[in-house]
Amino acid sequence: MIVIVNYGMGNLGSVANMLKKIGANYIISSDIDTIRNAEKLILPGVGAFDTAISRIDKMGLREIFLDLAFVKKIPILGICLGMQLLMDSSEEGVLPGLGLIKGKAIKFNFDSKDKLKIPHMGWNDVILNNSSIITNGYQNDIRFYFVHSYFVKVEYDINSILKCNYGIDFDAAVQNNNIYGAQFHPEKSHRFGIQFFKNFVEL
Amino acid sequence: MLRTRIIPCLQLIDDSLVKTIKFKKPSYIGDPINTVRIFNELEVDELCFLDIRASLQNRSPNYKILSEIANECFMPLSYGGAIKDEFTAKKILSIGYEKIILNTAAIETPSLITKIAKYSGNQSVVVSIDVKKSIFGSYSIFSKGGSKKIKINPVDWAKQVEEAGAGELLITSMNNEGTWSGFDIEMIKIITDSVSIPVIANGGAGSITDIGRAVLEGGASAVALGSMLVYQQKGMGVLVNFPDAKKLKRVLE
Repeated sequence: MIVIVNYGMGNLGSVANMLKKIGANYIISSDIDTIRNAEKLILPGVGAFDTAISRIDKMGLREIFLDLAFVKKIPILGICLGMQLLMDSSEEGVLPGLGLIKGKAIKFNFDSKDKLKIPHMGWNDVILNNSSIITNGYQNDIRFYFVHSYFVKVEYDINSILKCNYGIDFDAAVQNNNIYGAQFHPEKSHRFGIQFFKNFVEL
Repeated sequence: MLRTRIIPCLQLIDDSLVKTIKFKKPSYIGDPINTVRIFNELEVDELCFLDIRASLQNRSPNYKILSEIANECFMPLSYGGAIKDEFTAKKILSIGYEKIILNTAAIETPSLITKIAKYSGNQSVVVSIDVKKSIFGSYSIFSKGGSKKIKINPVDWAKQVEEAGAGELLITSMNNEGTWSGFDIEMIKIITDSVSIPVIANGGAGSITDIGRAVLEGGASAVALGSMLVYQQKGMGVLVNFPDAKKLKRVLE
């Protein structure tokens, strides 16, 4: 069973709609035991970094996530803020990230303020960087829907799967073994997102 | 490169899809589900739904239709119409919409903008401003589906809602809406010059050239289209369509 973690942050409905569409078994849950026994985990997220991390810590989820990631080694997918939480840290907050992938979230900062708006919102093209099962079936002209004010820079290029550019190059999808992250919203990205979820479900 | 969002802005009255002219005379277009299926297949950037009579008729949003739409469409969705409190906003978000559009409620209770922005982020709150140009050329805003005049200057209101936490503005020209005569570029420009959040230009698009002008001359970040996408041509029958991607690219560069 895929568990969509409900920690009070983010749009769980659209992720659930997408999993329903592709016929995957899932449950939305905030229950510790359900999460502990997940076969796959999806960590969505919209909102502020520290708010999310402190909720995760308060619910006692940090240790469970570490166990699922490194001991049970189940596939884990972080979406948007959920991907940033997988990193070591974020410029948005002071609390430590989950540290499942080496890297950090950095704020978009443009000198000419009226040229590029923040957040980076809308459809943008991405390019394949390192190959991964999560990008199976993608060729050229890949686009996804993004909404974010902070971007991820992984420490090791090998963890960068898809790259995007918005004033600066950043990592749009990341992977470290069984840990995956998408900065974009695959649940809102037409067939590009359907493919992404199919790949995750089939892992 | 980030694409300029071209957003079908679809008008609902409860469970029917309609199209108005200058906010009046709603004509029946069809079943919303069939229409959104077509836009889904066309892989449009985003969809915007406005229940144009919900506030006026003091109705709740039609959650059944909205859920059916969210189950079909895997693209960003926004909804406006009778979202008068946080509870309603949360319900809309939970069924799979990521943007809440406020108009009447923002005017009556500006603190609602801040509350929703705190809950789900600024990017999730769109404030819709219906603007009418008087015969003397001055602009004023309207609530309740264009029926109630509010004595606030559109620019002041735009700044105020940005300050309150709105992540985006949907600016509609009441004079041009449904007329195919082009956007009110001057009015769009006044607003985009005074705020730093993205502005969606709405009301009046009749050609691909109009789309280009709203972006390049008006400074709009996105463009909303109505009549152009549901009618074959001005004065002709219903035909759900979307402009050719190559032609759009040409006018936006």
